[in-house]
Amino acid sequence: MSTQTAVALHNNLSNDFSILKKKKRTSDMVLRVLIIICAFIAVALIAGIIIYVVIRGVPVLIANPNFIIGQRSFLQGTYGILPNIINTLYIIVITLLIATPLGVGSAIFLNEYAKPGKLVKIIEFTTETLSGIPSILFGLFGMVFFGNVCGMGTSILCGCLTLTLMILPTITRTAQEALKTVPLSYRSGALGIGATKWYMIRTVILPSSIGGIATGVILAIGRIVGESAALIFTAGSGSNMVSDFFGHTMQSGATLTVEMYLRYTANNDTDNAFGIALVLIVLVLIINICAGLVRNRFAKKTSAEG
Amino acid sequence: MEQQTVKCEVKNLNLWYGDNHALKDVSMDIYDKSITAFIGPSGCGKSTFLKTLNRMNDLVPNVKIEGTVLLDGEDIFSPKCDPTMLRKKVGMVFQQPNPFPMSIYDNIAYGPRIHGIKKKAQLDEIVETSLKGAAIFDEVKDRLKKSALGLSGGQQQRLCIARALAVQPELLLMDEPTSALDPISTMKIEELMEELKKNYAIAIVTHNMQQAARVADRTAFFLVGEMVEIGDTETIFARPADKRTEDYITGRFG
Repeated sequence: MSTQTAVALHNNLSNDFSILKKKKRTSDMVLRVLIIICAFIAVALIAGIIIYVVIRGVPVLIANPNFIIGQRSFLQGTYGILPNIINTLYIIVITLLIATPLGVGSAIFLNEYAKPGKLVKIIEFTTETLSGIPSILFGLFGMVFFGNVCGMGTSILCGCLTLTLMILPTITRTAQEALKTVPLSYRSGALGIGATKWYMIRTVILPSSIGGIATGVILAIGRIVGESAALIFTAGSGSNMVSDFFGHTMQSGATLTVEMYLRYTANNDTDNAFGIALVLIVLVLIINICAGLVRNRFAKKTSAEG
Repeated sequence: MEQQTVKCEVKNLNLWYGDNHALKDVSMDIYDKSITAFIGPSGCGKSTFLKTLNRMNDLVPNVKIEGTVLLDGEDIFSPKCDPTMLRKKVGMVFQQPNPFPMSIYDNIAYGPRIHGIKKKAQLDEIVETSLKGAAIFDEVKDRLKKSALGLSGGQQQRLCIARALAVQPELLLMDEPTSALDPISTMKIEELMEELKKNYAIAIVTHNMQQAARVADRTAFFLVGEMVEIGDTETIFARPADKRTEDYITGRFG
């Protein structure tokens, strides 16, 4: 190669690599546009549903001021969903009272006590499979086992126990993950000054994983609020007010979602169904905000600022 | 050398992790009111040896231990020995400062509370003496209720020492307590160790030979699971008996 061509080549190259020559990269542009469209569709779908529910739901609430605070009465011709709201909250509380100790307890066992090996693997696999089973299957099982075999009939307790089966995997798995994130150094620190295992779990491990555990419980609440199939079979369609706290467990009671389903299918009452939908959306929003607050509180407690 | 009482007597200690023979026939005496340093290259078994002294190795799966360790003449591997009481007597400070995610006060009170001390006045007193004992009281006395995680690394490590002191141990094990700290914090901890040895027996694992030379009364050299030799620190550094010790301290390997 002569010196001349080498210099020419060099000039060519440095021209090609100049930072001032902005290149058009068509594929980048196309992908960018596609991604923006994807994001837009995702947001638009959610926004569309919410807006539609609000448009259909708000008139129902305005036309019937007692919609949220009243009850259904055929004699007086009134309609209200207060019993269903209370049933929903009631079922959340009872189910969590049963499922949280069970779920957190089994997570503690799997993570802290069980020797890692086949048994733990099998249990983990089972819980994961359990969380993938369609809820209507739980409903069928709950109706036959808790309802018929255990004689609970169609009752809130029957529904709560069925829901417990459904959300147990969620609570167990998230609690287990939370326990796994507790640094080994906390454990050796606690054991190193003579703490027993249970004392260590109670005073160090659980407090520092409480945020993760709370997240699991909140996810479970979401699942309970959204559940209808399993509850139609087990908790039924009652809409009586709670008269005494524990006696109510043996009565039938429809949650908001179940009532919504019944409005639409059995009564062809689409308007009130949309009213309920609006209340549900607000309820879910409130639960999510509470969840965020709870999580932040716990996060702060275990951070440097606390 | 003046007469010294033996705090901890180790006889023919062997330890296996699975098939890995990690400690080979180690025997030594650890004296009261003095500092014994363990030096040696990584993986030589010095940390394993330290953890055996308060049975923290029990927590490792597939570990097998043979031999005797006598603490004040009592066998720590005896079936009658309660590991939690042993760990009260034999405190431990770890390589990474590991304060619990709670207040400074609660960190120190953690140990005493395990052992049943509930009265506030009594806990207050223990917290203050322990923090003073670890030379950190003046720095934290106005923020006892604040989270311990807000302290600097060096402060956290002294807090961990205070936490260990709060259960009034008789033997204090320190596993590379300054390797995660800056030189100033290291200096403070070394000064603290000089103070502490007036009342406690201290065993320290260190990667830093200068540190061993500075603080230790006696030094033991470990190599691939074997304790090569133990003696007065001056002797070990000036006239080691074993060629391998000499090679290591003169920097020929390690």
